[in-house]
Amino acid sequence: MWSELTNAIAHLDISADWIGIRAVKETASSHYVRDGLPENNGKISSVGAMVEVLVNGCVGYAATNSLQLENLQAAAQKAYKQALTASKWWIHPFTPKSERPKVIGQYISPFLEPLDALTPGEINDLLVRICHTLKVSDKIVHTTASATTSEKETWFVTSNGSEVYQKFMSLGTHYAATAQDGGIIQQRTNNGWQAHCYQGGLELFKQDDLWHHVEEIGSQAVELLTAEECPTTQTNLVLAPDQMMLQIHESVGHPLEIDRILGDERNYAGGSFVRKEDFGSLEYGSPLMNITFDPTVPGEFASYSFDDTGALATREFVIKEGKLIRGLGSLESQKRAKVPGVACARACSWNRPPIDRMANLNLEPGTASLSEIIGDIEHGVYMESNRSWSIDDRRYKFQFGCEYGKLIENGQLTKTLRNPNYRATTPEFWHSLSKIGDSSTWQMYGTPFCGKGEPNQAIWVGHGSPVCLFANVEVFGGGE
Amino acid sequence: MKNEEISALEVSFNQLAETLFQKKQTDEHFTLKLKCERSQFTRFNRAQVRQTGCVADGWVELKLMQNQRSAYHCFPFTGDGEVDWQQGYQALQELRQEVPYLPTDPYLVLPTDNNSSHEVHSGELLSEESLVPMVLESVSDLDFTGIYAGGAMIRAYADSSGQKHWFASDSFTLDYSIFNSQGQAVKGDFAGSEWHQDSYNAKIASAKRQLELLSRPAKKISRGQYKTYFAPAAVSDLLLMLSWGGVSEADIQQGNSALAKLYRQEKSLSPAFNVKENFKLGLVPRFNQLGEIAAPELPLIDKGILVNTLVNSRTAKEYSKAANGANGSESLRSPEISPGSLSTEQILPNLDTGLYVSNLHYLNWSDRHTGRITGMTRYACFWVEGGEIVAPIENLRFDESLYRFWGENLVDLTDFQEFIPEVDTYESREPGGSLVPGMLVEDFTYTL
Repeated sequence: MWSELTNAIAHLDISADWIGIRAVKETASSHYVRDGLPENNGKISSVGAMVEVLVNGCVGYAATNSLQLENLQAAAQKAYKQALTASKWWIHPFTPKSERPKVIGQYISPFLEPLDALTPGEINDLLVRICHTLKVSDKIVHTTASATTSEKETWFVTSNGSEVYQKFMSLGTHYAATAQDGGIIQQRTNNGWQAHCYQGGLELFKQDDLWHHVEEIGSQAVELLTAEECPTTQTNLVLAPDQMMLQIHESVGHPLEIDRILGDERNYAGGSFVRKEDFGSLEYGSPLMNITFDPTVPGEFASYSFDDTGALATREFVIKEGKLIRGLGSLESQKRAKVPGVACARACSWNRPPIDRMANLNLEPGTASLSEIIGDIEHGVYMESNRSWSIDDRRYKFQFGCEYGKLIENGQLTKTLRNPNYRATTPEFWHSLSKIGDSSTWQMYGTPFCGKGEPNQAIWVGHGSPVCLFANVEVFGGGE
Repeated sequence: MKNEEISALEVSFNQLAETLFQKKQTDEHFTLKLKCERSQFTRFNRAQVRQTGCVADGWVELKLMQNQRSAYHCFPFTGDGEVDWQQGYQALQELRQEVPYLPTDPYLVLPTDNNSSHEVHSGELLSEESLVPMVLESVSDLDFTGIYAGGAMIRAYADSSGQKHWFASDSFTLDYSIFNSQGQAVKGDFAGSEWHQDSYNAKIASAKRQLELLSRPAKKISRGQYKTYFAPAAVSDLLLMLSWGGVSEADIQQGNSALAKLYRQEKSLSPAFNVKENFKLGLVPRFNQLGEIAAPELPLIDKGILVNTLVNSRTAKEYSKAANGANGSESLRSPEISPGSLSTEQILPNLDTGLYVSNLHYLNWSDRHTGRITGMTRYACFWVEGGEIVAPIENLRFDESLYRFWGENLVDLTDFQEFIPEVDTYESREPGGSLVPGMLVEDFTYTL
């Protein structure tokens, strides 16, 4: 691939100020078993390239799924024409030196076992067994188990000498048990919808606690059938890391994306309650709150060394001791907004242009053990595993629901609660963060379904968090 | 895309299908599905161009079925017959290696129908050169943001039983919002197969008038229950929730549907509420993943009663139901809500005091099994008193059951419908949209 792309760059015959080719080749597999029977077995092979050109400060792009030289040449000419015809109306002039700097390097996901170490048949056998194990009782009426793998390679070659190769290997697994008793239906999954997504190989599938964990999912689904509804009250709320993932994603990650603040996303994903002038001054949450943009965590789902414009990816504090210090914005957004950002210009594939995305965004651990957090609570609710999520277009008013809850009474986890939900506004909520778990409570998850952009893109993100306590939050249950 | 180029792609796809047919063994069955597009995407912010480019994309899904086992491979479709056949043949070889080792699937359905169809909808779209000035010149004084997505979309199908379908459409959508200095906005869309500058200018002129209403200071509304008028775009968002754990027969059978109580006839909706799939609109292909053709119309909810669910052949086999041409996910493809009797002039007087909601945002089930949906109001939403618009509102969160707002609390639907185009572009542009009226609802619950 290298020789084809460098040869193409050398021979593209257009008078642009800068030309870049970002080629992507991905092989993904998908296996889905329902109630012990196979429902979906597939493999997706995708290859293509986006040619970007910079003309008079404007960027135009053309994407093609044919990498033959004549097709890349045709794409370059189309991209050139796109940039030229938009130049009178272009939003902000960019330069190759600032927004497409020369960079050379590579990144390869850490892994122990290759993704094809098991055949599709063997993966199906495991998924069938997981379905059977989930069915711990006749009350379990429905079980599912799925595994997806992806091996994605990207090549970034530019006319100013950039050469970046990155290879991402990832695995996602999801198991769910639905329990029913008359009109009461409850579902339990492994930490929420598709939350088990990591970079690595098949070693991630066969972890030591797999069968114990699967059995627990089934048992808790049955347990929820007879659980009390979550009470409607203002109380202490303890969130497990698998719900904190969603909380961080929606109420910290998205509002800090600089393209949203600049207004690019207002017609689709939305804007932000955060303003450009808030960086460096806004007290976003309690002093316990430390958020890092960290694409360097081994195995976290959105780790990488370079973003899709070639910016070098480094760990950066976005919020430190509660204060907002940096946005999630690419080199282009940083220049437009004059706000410090991170290497986060990312595209979901070769057929979409890079935009500001959050990659790995983590809440750093504190000092409290789980028993210290729970032990000091007279009354509260503990919640695990997201099942419902909704937040406004400025990322201010949210309502989230979880699969599984526990009542906290006099320093103890007591009754199981079903349909636990909570709602709040973002600043109020993060200022109510009153205890933060230590590293023993810190867990990371990921999701492949962060949606944003026009044209739309679903991209993969990772989030790590400890267990957290929030004071005086509105919680409530289900029902009409 | 020129008709000759579309024809060349059709020839290439047909060759691929024909060659696979020749190579298939006696006990093998296959389906071949194509998604292909040549798209222009131009993104705007503050009446300027933020990103602009074009995408030539296409892929084929080959599904091989043998001895009650199946698997599929997707590979790029370039339109170059030799290149595509090499990839198709490699996919076939790999599938032959893989399928015998998969578990058997008792509910696997083989393609057996004998349908064929051919639809090509040509259009007159904006050229690359004219697109930006045509869109921006009439909004240059406005804070205009959004995206133009246009070009050719192709969906095609072939299988080992000889069925063939081809659907090609030239179309565009311009999905936009226009903001005022207080951050309030009017949302609009302009879609079709031909760009008419006069119609576009008229839409923008109308949006400017709505913006004037938004210039009043926003009113903060306390949580509570309010009589609410939902404009068609908001109704469409609520309707599309039925594609996600709603009208799917499999979801009902497997405990994932919000309509289970309606299905079991423990609940009913308002007699004024009617939903159907209406393929007569001709905007989406009628064929599905097995080449089956859906009926021109399929009533789903008739006078508040669930009379049909969406049933694909696999679900039909598993649960002994009759299939009705539904797609693989049993989701709505060309939905329509029937109009009611509320005229445009009657909307504000009949609302009297309450909320006028133009758009909704980020809907999700808050308790699926009781039909409860949460989400936000968005864009041009107003507080109305005595039948007069008083002020725009600060956005509100709602949390309400469909059994209430489409049930006992549904006052009326408008006597007109609007077509709300599909504008999602995840992975690819999608054709179609929904045809819906506005609706007036009592005691809608707002929670934050």
